[in-house]
Amino acid sequence: MIRSMLFIPGNSPAMLQNADIHRADAIILDLEDAVSPDQKDAARILVRNAVRTLGFSGCRLIIRVNPIDTPYCALDVSSVVPLKPDMIMPTKVSGPQTVKDMSHLVAQAEAACGLAEGTVGLIPLLETCEGIENAYAIAKADPRVRALFLGAEDLTSDMRAKRTKAGGEIGYSRGRIVMAARAAGVEVYDTPFTDVNDEEGILQDVALAKSLGFTGKAAISPRHVEAINRAFSPTPEEIAYAQEVLEIIEEARRMGKGAIALRGKMIDKPIVDRAKYVLEMARMLGGKPE
Amino acid sequence: MKIGRSAAAGSLESSDAMVTISPGEGMTVEIESVVMKQFGPAIEAAVRQELARQGVEDALVRVQDKGALECTIRARVETAILRAGEVKA
Repeated sequence: MIRSMLFIPGNSPAMLQNADIHRADAIILDLEDAVSPDQKDAARILVRNAVRTLGFSGCRLIIRVNPIDTPYCALDVSSVVPLKPDMIMPTKVSGPQTVKDMSHLVAQAEAACGLAEGTVGLIPLLETCEGIENAYAIAKADPRVRALFLGAEDLTSDMRAKRTKAGGEIGYSRGRIVMAARAAGVEVYDTPFTDVNDEEGILQDVALAKSLGFTGKAAISPRHVEAINRAFSPTPEEIAYAQEVLEIIEEARRMGKGAIALRGKMIDKPIVDRAKYVLEMARMLGGKPE
Repeated sequence: MKIGRSAAAGSLESSDAMVTISPGEGMTVEIESVVMKQFGPAIEAAVRQELARQGVEDALVRVQDKGALECTIRARVETAILRAGEVKA
């Protein structure tokens, strides 16, 4: 269960060594935009050593690699696959062929280090107009795809739109990527809120992402992790209601009733499905701090 | 593994180390660290191990440590060697 993902620059020892203390469900070790071209080699080696030594066992591990059309990508993949990350994040994914090519690279690296094929998943980063329009095809391109990720900064540049805190310019993209991911049966994660000093803004942005159907959201600052975890966790009231729903459904079954109401509202299949999902989330998060 | 030219890796930021490697006769390792008294010998041992692991026998190596973990120091040594010679990352 990943609600929050925290970006960590791949060439920053100070941030790497504390990467897993911020209660993010996943960390994204970044070999791409956070690393200047003349430091790609240093970041790749530092990330490898840090993961091997520090383990980061308290959270899921995602590694963002450089675009497949750069000379760095193949080296990134062959270096990080032996670390057994949960997922690799391919960048600038604009169509299904990029996913297939990345999957092939990962498969080669898995074979080279003795990992079973399919061990490492993919979470493609959609940050171009073409990528958004191809979201469903990207999600269905390969069984390695476990989630889609929306990248708004590059996307708005590609759209020739101004990136705003309110996010009206990415409204269509958010809806499109959620719909595509859900139709394909994979998870979907929202772009980070980039003003680390706007405490009210992050709350509004994360509430919007939750309301649109995202599974979770990324952060570029540890200060945003708690707000994301809280928003994407079921509340005690939601859990109590879900338990009531399942209890009354069981009662209806015992009484041979085909339909039943709770607090004056008919309980139908979508409500039962949502209740089961809420309880499953609560079970998976059991005792995990926000 | 022969060191063909001078190269550096890392930074002088907290928790990092700046490693400079140059061609030399035999092995010389110079350490400067904010935790020299406590960890100087351990840092030098890690640096020498990493040099040996990469097959470097002749070099002048200077490490300016700002409280880096051992895995960071080893990474910076490996990167400096890579930049100075022929080892692939």
